Amino acid sequence: MNGHLHTISVLVEDRPGVLTRIAGLFAARGFNIDSLAVGATEQTGVSRMTIVINVEDKPLEQVTKQLNKLVNVIKILEHDPGSAVERELMLVKVKADGDARARVMEIADVFRVNVVDVTHTTLTLEAAGKPEKLEALLDLLRDFGVVELSRTGRIALGRGNRGIKDRTLKVANDA
Amino acid sequence: MTVKGADAVLKALEQEGVEVIFGIPGGASMPIYDPLVDRSPIRHVLCRHEQGAGHAAEGYAWATGKVGVCMATSGPGATNLVTPLADAKMDSVPIVALTGQVPTPVVGNDAFQEADITGITIPVTKHNFLVKRPEDIVETVREAFHIASTGRPGPVLIDLPKDVLNADVEYRWPEKINLPGYRPTTKGNNRQVSEAVKLIMASERPVLYVGGGVVKADATPELFELATNGRLPVVTTLMARGAFPDAHELCLGMPGMHGNYTAVTSMQRADLLVALGARFDDRVTGKLAAFAPHAKIVHVDVDPAEIGKNRVADVPIVGDCKDVIGKLVAELAKRQGEHGTPDRSAWLGQLDEWRRRYPLRYGQESDRLKPQYCVERLRHFADDDTILVSGVGQHQMYAAQYWRFERPRHWINSGGLGTMGFAVPAALGAKTGQPDKRVVAVDGDGCFQMTAQELATSNTERIPFVTAILNNGYLGMVRQWQELFFDERYSGVYLNPDVPDYVRLAEAYGAVGIRVDSPEEVDAAIEKAYAVEDRSVVMDFRVDPREGVFPMVPAGASNDDIILGPEFAPHETPGEAPIV
Repeated sequence: MNGHLHTISVLVEDRPGVLTRIAGLFAARGFNIDSLAVGATEQTGVSRMTIVINVEDKPLEQVTKQLNKLVNVIKILEHDPGSAVERELMLVKVKADGDARARVMEIADVFRVNVVDVTHTTLTLEAAGKPEKLEALLDLLRDFGVVELSRTGRIALGRGNRGIKDRTLKVANDA
Repeated sequence: MTVKGADAVLKALEQEGVEVIFGIPGGASMPIYDPLVDRSPIRHVLCRHEQGAGHAAEGYAWATGKVGVCMATSGPGATNLVTPLADAKMDSVPIVALTGQVPTPVVGNDAFQEADITGITIPVTKHNFLVKRPEDIVETVREAFHIASTGRPGPVLIDLPKDVLNADVEYRWPEKINLPGYRPTTKGNNRQVSEAVKLIMASERPVLYVGGGVVKADATPELFELATNGRLPVVTTLMARGAFPDAHELCLGMPGMHGNYTAVTSMQRADLLVALGARFDDRVTGKLAAFAPHAKIVHVDVDPAEIGKNRVADVPIVGDCKDVIGKLVAELAKRQGEHGTPDRSAWLGQLDEWRRRYPLRYGQESDRLKPQYCVERLRHFADDDTILVSGVGQHQMYAAQYWRFERPRHWINSGGLGTMGFAVPAALGAKTGQPDKRVVAVDGDGCFQMTAQELATSNTERIPFVTAILNNGYLGMVRQWQELFFDERYSGVYLNPDVPDYVRLAEAYGAVGIRVDSPEEVDAAIEKAYAVEDRSVVMDFRVDPREGVFPMVPAGASNDDIILGPEFAPHETPGEAPIV
């Protein structure tokens, strides 16, 4: 893993075109997004994007400032790896015929992941967890032959009892 | 009250204080044109190209401080607005663009004259809206004006599908603006202000580096107090000419690639730069690593993304220039009351000496007409209240250098984007907003040909101004670079000074055309042009094509390597100025 991998959470208004605005900002500055996950939050009308990006600190600062200027962006937080819970979900279809089947199931067991589909020649596993765990699992499964892979991209929440929007929404309501 | 969507748009514009719209109608925007006949007091100025309408809205905004409005139909009408929107984004000009759109049921269907204008303009607007429901019209207009005019100003586009304009809607003015993600910081932090004043008090060689943000914030009275109370010399960037009066002894003039020696070198030798609404643009800094190497930086800007973008600030202050400079004035008065005003006579003396030795200079000894001379004489016969507009290129730099600017909002040009063709339509917009002031557009022959059709608008709508073409028959700035950096290999720059015949072209547009071939004819021609009040005038100044803009810092070079130009003998070349 690279030392410049950053995980940022962006709270946005749930409006058409918001994803384009955000993706466009990264593209215009030549940054590659490693992963992007979007979903609803506890608040109606507010979506949360979790963006993983490989970039130096200074350009990241400029990008977060530019993101902040987008009218539909409510709040941005960069997660400190030590103080955030980060998870990802992965579906992986592995070749598993004959002897391989038992060995794949053994690995699934060790990693505590579920088998969600079985055919004569393949097994599909559902794995959720820290990105490092998924990488380790994938590394083992490659020996058998990965037929197809789908990942959700990382999502993250800061540890502790405060949410990232506490202050923000208060200010918004006052305005 | 139930009205049509189109009436709701116009009524909301009226409530926002809009007096004039620059635009061109088309199929999708036609519903808005019907109420303009007799149900709306808003004036519509029919332009001849949507780009012209956009720049006119910019000129209006520059000259008045209000939000300029332009309008186009869907598809090609809307895409023609892209250049003015990008221009307004770069120069932080508050405009609102209204575009017609194909009806919502066929949006995304490649309908006739359909373009995804909100998608296209995301990077060149501060924000944009596609209004899908008639009941959102009024709120959207209100939000658009709020966004365009607050914080760092900029362009906002509202895309209005035809069925939304034709629908019935209950007109209701929203009491509150609901933009949870938009909260510009306008009040400067007092502790940071105090830190900044400490640096000012301690500095021996301070310079106020004044940018367009000071004009946008209407902070020029505060700036004047700060400079004069603190005895702080001022440079005004291309975007800020007139923010501080050129005639004042503390005004060093314009810095940057074609700035004068004293302004450029004052920044290089300064031990403190107080950047006010300026963004350390490459045209000001030259080679960034060599820019103002001894200076601590106080950076005041309403846009946090500008602070630290190019140069790290020792004291960053996010806030509106009017608020922050006002606080700086108060804090400085307090400190100077306690400790006295620092003695900076050595620094001010040094600046005076540079001014004496390395003034702006050009040679008008021959019978060849020099463009700088034309600008000087145009200024001589004008009053301080004359608004000067320019396009982009050599003529723009001559105008910025040789016009004497005394007031803010009296200099309008395309700085960041460098949009050729800006001058004529922007002059049209400025004159619309300030009908009692004389408006002069100094233009190049290349620029003029890009947007000259707005002369038809000018003379049809009776919005007269003077366009002074500095006609050298070339794309002069490119020619100058080819002369200096491409071994005089001229490529794709010759325009032909005789085609078109600018005098006859002017007359064809209903304007007065005046040709000026020699220096002796200049004064009489200008007096004649300024005497015309009922229609536009085009002056065709046949200037020396070999003239170049100097001083000059070559692109990418250090500001220390400033080239003074041919009017200075080699032994006068200053080299790197010592620190006093």
